Amino acid sequence: MTRTRGLLLGGLLLALLLAGVVSQFASGSPDGLEKVAEDKGFIATATDSDLADSPVADYAVRGVDDERVSGGLAGVLGVLATFAIGGALFLVVRRGAGPAGREDRAGGEPTPR
Amino acid sequence: MHVPDGFIDGPVSLGAGVVAAAAIGVALRGSRRELGDEKVAPLAGLVAAFVFAVQMLNFPVAAGTSGHLLGGVLAAVLVGPWTGVLCVAVVLLVQLFFADGGLTAYGVNVTCMAVATALVGWLVFRLALVVLPRRPGSVVPAAFLAALVSVPAAALAFTGIYALGGTADIPLGTLAAAMVGVHVLIGIGEAVITALVVSSVLAVRPDLVHGARGLVAARREAALRSAVTA
Repeated sequence: MTRTRGLLLGGLLLALLLAGVVSQFASGSPDGLEKVAEDKGFIATATDSDLADSPVADYAVRGVDDERVSGGLAGVLGVLATFAIGGALFLVVRRGAGPAGREDRAGGEPTPR
Repeated sequence: MHVPDGFIDGPVSLGAGVVAAAAIGVALRGSRRELGDEKVAPLAGLVAAFVFAVQMLNFPVAAGTSGHLLGGVLAAVLVGPWTGVLCVAVVLLVQLFFADGGLTAYGVNVTCMAVATALVGWLVFRLALVVLPRRPGSVVPAAFLAALVSVPAAALAFTGIYALGGTADIPLGTLAAAMVGVHVLIGIGEAVITALVVSSVLAVRPDLVHGARGLVAARREAALRSAVTA
């Protein structure tokens, strides 16, 4: 169904725009939990993530010097990865609907109608 | 609200991991029912991607403090509460690679930001719909209220976990008051964004808003019928 495909495309484009461009205007202040941890004196108990050396750690793509480009690119990669993982998961879940669900195209490709 | 490694001790982190795994297991079964309509499956992936994007948009809430959408209620209202839990769990999983939230804290983060928000929020959402007039538009104020409550609910879930396994000795009441105080403010932002997005989707495709099912049943059946004959 093309209307659903249109909504999907539009939604994805909006998400990419928000993560890729609008995100550079986000507040850099500590978030609620960080602020409470600072005020109550336990922020120092935080340790580095095991993935602190990831190529996209802290929403910056390693090797891209321009801060805005690096951050925007990280956001775009995150949106695409989330869409891919989420989409795949939900297609698998939905196929598992099997006999209990409204299985009308068992094992078929998830073609939008 | 992404909890880093080190805030919660090992045993309680593991315990939260078990709670999160159990919740995800239940959510997988529940989501199967919610995704009965096949066009919803890719849409749920989009909701997860959208939540990831909006979580990057920290807004200022008070002097030197920011907050961002958690998205549990937004996802629950759009694609169903169990699918909503899974959406946020996927977002938190991807964020691990951005070093946003600790690896050992993943269970804590899923419990607070995916499970507590979506399920507490869904409960508030359903209760609000009982009181509000029976029309599709009521979904918007119900989602607003649910989102507003969901953020301090997540803050309380964190406080509870901290009481069990926090690595610093912080008086429970002090922590609860501080956490709820700032997260009520963040909850207002959550509520505004959630209501805005839900009303936008409701305006173009009311049949795709899970929380409006039953309220737009007649219209939805007509849409399904035309989809089948097309």
